[in-house]
Amino acid sequence: MDMKVAKKKLGLKEKYRALTRDLGWDTTYQTKDAVFPYVGYEGIKIHDWDKWEDPFRLTMDAYWKYQAEKERKFYAIIDAHAQNNGHLNLTDARYLSALKIFLQAISPGEYAAHKGFARAGREFPGVGTQVACQMQAIDEIRHAQTQIHAMSNYNRYYNGFHAFADTRDRIWYTSVARSFFDDAMSAGPFEFMIAIGFSFEYVLTNLLFVPFMSGAAYNGDMATVTFGFSAQSDEARHMTLGLECIKFMLEQDPDNLPIVQNWIDKWFWRGFRVLGLVSTMMDYMLPKRVMSWREAWDIYGVENGGALFKDLARYGIKPPKGWDDAEKAIDHMSHQFMLGLYQWSFGTAFHSWIPSEDDMNWLSAKYPDTFDKYYRPRWKHIKKLADAGTPFKNYGLAKLCQCCQLPTVFTEPDDPTLTCHRETVYKGQKYHFCSDGCQHVFENEPEKYVQAWLPMPQLFQEPINGDLGAWMEWVSLRDGKDNGDYAGSEDQQNFEAWRGLATTNQ
Amino acid sequence: MSTVFIALQANEETRPIIEAIEIDNPQAVVNRQPAMVKIDAQGQLVIRKSTIEEQLGRDFDLQELHINLISLTGNVVEDDETLTLSWNS
Repeated sequence: MDMKVAKKKLGLKEKYRALTRDLGWDTTYQTKDAVFPYVGYEGIKIHDWDKWEDPFRLTMDAYWKYQAEKERKFYAIIDAHAQNNGHLNLTDARYLSALKIFLQAISPGEYAAHKGFARAGREFPGVGTQVACQMQAIDEIRHAQTQIHAMSNYNRYYNGFHAFADTRDRIWYTSVARSFFDDAMSAGPFEFMIAIGFSFEYVLTNLLFVPFMSGAAYNGDMATVTFGFSAQSDEARHMTLGLECIKFMLEQDPDNLPIVQNWIDKWFWRGFRVLGLVSTMMDYMLPKRVMSWREAWDIYGVENGGALFKDLARYGIKPPKGWDDAEKAIDHMSHQFMLGLYQWSFGTAFHSWIPSEDDMNWLSAKYPDTFDKYYRPRWKHIKKLADAGTPFKNYGLAKLCQCCQLPTVFTEPDDPTLTCHRETVYKGQKYHFCSDGCQHVFENEPEKYVQAWLPMPQLFQEPINGDLGAWMEWVSLRDGKDNGDYAGSEDQQNFEAWRGLATTNQ
Repeated sequence: MSTVFIALQANEETRPIIEAIEIDNPQAVVNRQPAMVKIDAQGQLVIRKSTIEEQLGRDFDLQELHINLISLTGNVVEDDETLTLSWNS
C-alpha cells in the first residue's frame, strides 16, 4: 500500500523565486532595449535587476487568496450597512462633505494609479518589479471600485454623489488631484515609482487613510472605515514597495542619487499640496474628531517621515526641499482651505459651513498659536455677515497655481498675514504659483506645466463662454442642491427628518 | 533611535496577534484607537509566527497578517518564521 507522504512545502524564499524569477525569460528575436524602450531615458542606471527583492515575498497565488478574503470582509460590512440604514448612524450629515471630496478627487486617483502601475509593470525589465507592479495595479483598481461601491449607498439618499465622473473631469478643485496623477503617469517609469510608490504612498497616505478612516469609525460610517482599512491593508505593501524601489535605485549606482533626490523634492511638495485638503476634512468636516491635522502630522509626518529620511541619509538622501515650509504650514492650512471652500461654496459639489462656537473652541485648543489670532476673528466676521442676511460669497474666480492647481490661498511661510504669491515669465507668458515649492517644480520642467489644463480659463471657452449656469450644467452641479452652505441644505433637512423617523414611530 | 510601528484593525482575528507582539516586544507601546491598534517600538519590532500560533491555538501563516494590516513603517524583513521592522538609524 502506498503511504501518503506529505509533499514538502516550499519555503517563502524558494516560493518567491519560483513564482517571480523563474517566470521571466530573456528575449531572443528582439533586443532587450527594443522590448523595454522607456527604462533608460530618465538617466537611472541599473546593473542587476535580480537585486530587486519584495521583502514580503508575496506571490500571485497568495495574493489572490488574501485579496479574496479582504473582499469578503468588505462586502459583508457593505451589505450590513445598506440593510440596516447605516447612513442614519452617522454623527451628522456634515460628515458627508468629506466623503464627497473623497469620491470626486481621490477615488479617480486610485484608478489613475491603477493605469500607472499597469504601465510601469510593462516598462520595467525586472521580473520581481513586474510582479509587484502587477499586484499594485490590481490593488488600485480594487480601491477605486470598492470606494465607488461603498459610497453608492449614500448616493441613494444624499446630493453631491451622483456625478463624480463628470466632477472628476470638469469641476475646478478636482483638477488638483487629477493633475497630480496625470503628471506622474506622463513621467518615466522610475519617476512614477518615486511619485506614487514613495512620496505619495510612503510619506503621505498614512495621513489620509489612517487617522481619517479611524475618524470615520468614530462618526458612525462603517462603510468608509471598511473600504479605507481594506485599501490601506494594500498600502502597507505599496509603501514597502516604494521604499524598496528607492533603496534599489540608490544601491545600483551612485549617479542615481541626484536624480532621485530631485524627484523626492518635487513629489513630496506635489503630494503635500494634494493631501492638504485632508487637513480640512480632519479639522472641520468630521463632526466627531479623533485627532487634529497637527497631531496627525506630528505622528505620521514628523516622527515617521523623520525616521525614514534619517534612515535614507546613509545613501546621501536629504529630507525633501519643501519639508520646512510644510512644517510651517501645518497650523494654518486647514483653516485657510476651509475659508476658501466656504467663500466659493457656490461652485463646490459638497457643502461647507461656518464652524460652531464649540467647533471653534476645539480648534483653538488644538491650534493655540494660530486659531484665535488669525482665524477665529475671520469666522466671527463671516458669521456676523451670515446672521445679517448678507453671507460672504466670493463670485470672483480664484487665481490658480499653475503647478498644483489650487487657488493661491496660502500665506507666506514666515508671515501668516501675507498671501504667498510667486510668478515666473516663460516664453513671454506669466505663470502664477502658490509657493516656492510649486514655482521650483514648474521651473525645472516648464514645457510640461505650460500645457496644464486649468479650470478657470476653461470657463471662458466653449461650451461655457463665461456663463455660470452653463458651467454648472457642464460640471453636473445642481444649484441649490449639491452646493452652498450646509445650513438649510436638502442634505441637512433629509438627514434630520429620516433620523427622526428612524428613532420614533411617527 | 527612531520609532517603527505596525497598525492593525481592531478585531477578533488580531487580538491574539497583538498579544503575541506584546510578548515578543516588551518595549513596544500599544495604542488603541478607534477601529485600530497601533503598536510603536523604538528601533525594531519583531513578529514571530510561533508566538502567534501559541496565542491563536492554530497554525498561522505570517502572510495572513496582510488581511488585517493597516500600515507599517521601517525596513521590512520577512521569512517563514519572523517579520521584522527596523530603522538603520
